Amino acid sequence: MLLISCPWCGPRDETEYHYGGQAHVPYPETPADLTDEQWAEYVFYRDNPRGPFAERWMHSIGCRRWFNVLRDTATHEVLASYRLDEPRPGGNR
Amino acid sequence: MRAAGVTGTRGVTLVERPFLTMLNLRVDPASEAAGRIGGTLGVPLPGECGRTAASGDRTVLWLGPDEWLVVSEGPAADAELTAALDGGPGSVVDVSANRTTLELSGPAARQVLEKGCPLDLHPRAFGPGRAVSTTVGPVAVLLWQVDDTPTYRLLPRSSFADYLARWLIDAMSEYRGPEVP
Repeated sequence: MLLISCPWCGPRDETEYHYGGQAHVPYPETPADLTDEQWAEYVFYRDNPRGPFAERWMHSIGCRRWFNVLRDTATHEVLASYRLDEPRPGGNR
Repeated sequence: MRAAGVTGTRGVTLVERPFLTMLNLRVDPASEAAGRIGGTLGVPLPGECGRTAASGDRTVLWLGPDEWLVVSEGPAADAELTAALDGGPGSVVDVSANRTTLELSGPAARQVLEKGCPLDLHPRAFGPGRAVSTTVGPVAVLLWQVDDTPTYRLLPRSSFADYLARWLIDAMSEYRGPEVP
């Protein structure tokens, strides 16, 4: 069981949250100009690092807000959690 | 529910307090409208998870950074609060039918909840006038401690209330007998 800290509610059990996949995936600026391949890259292709990984979570049983979590995929250690309008701690990768 | 009540030093009782009026309030806490609504309610909107604010028979429970639940026994005051919002960004919605209220009270009430609630309910971390959204057993509830008895109010979605009441009655049953050392 992960213990995740919601930026608004504090530490709560993982069962109170929903997972939302990789964070910081920007929406294409000109989606109409993308080739099918580029669109597929945007929609389906995600990083799968071993180590720190920024991902979205939602506190669905608490305040129902989305936020980002920096989690180590090898150890499951939750390194940081931060609001959507805050930059990723430690810069991007 | 009444038959499941236990008296004595390990007592715990469960009753339903149906038909409380609940308003869902959404507004930016930094906006002027939030100030006007606080003025109408007679108390500022609580700004932190777990906090509540009481004014008369109304209690404002924190649900999210821009969301509150106004619980009261009287008639809904949604027109009054909508007027205070004055067309600003936000909403006031009567959600009285969304949840019902179960009241768990007695010296053993905290032990009953601790069988299925992941939060720390010890007085050092939780107390009267605190309310948080969490789970009790598998049911999502708004858990609100009212007094030091302790008395807790559990606000589950109506369709989960029957199951939650059965879950609590089952959890209460062991307090009828002597404590197992």
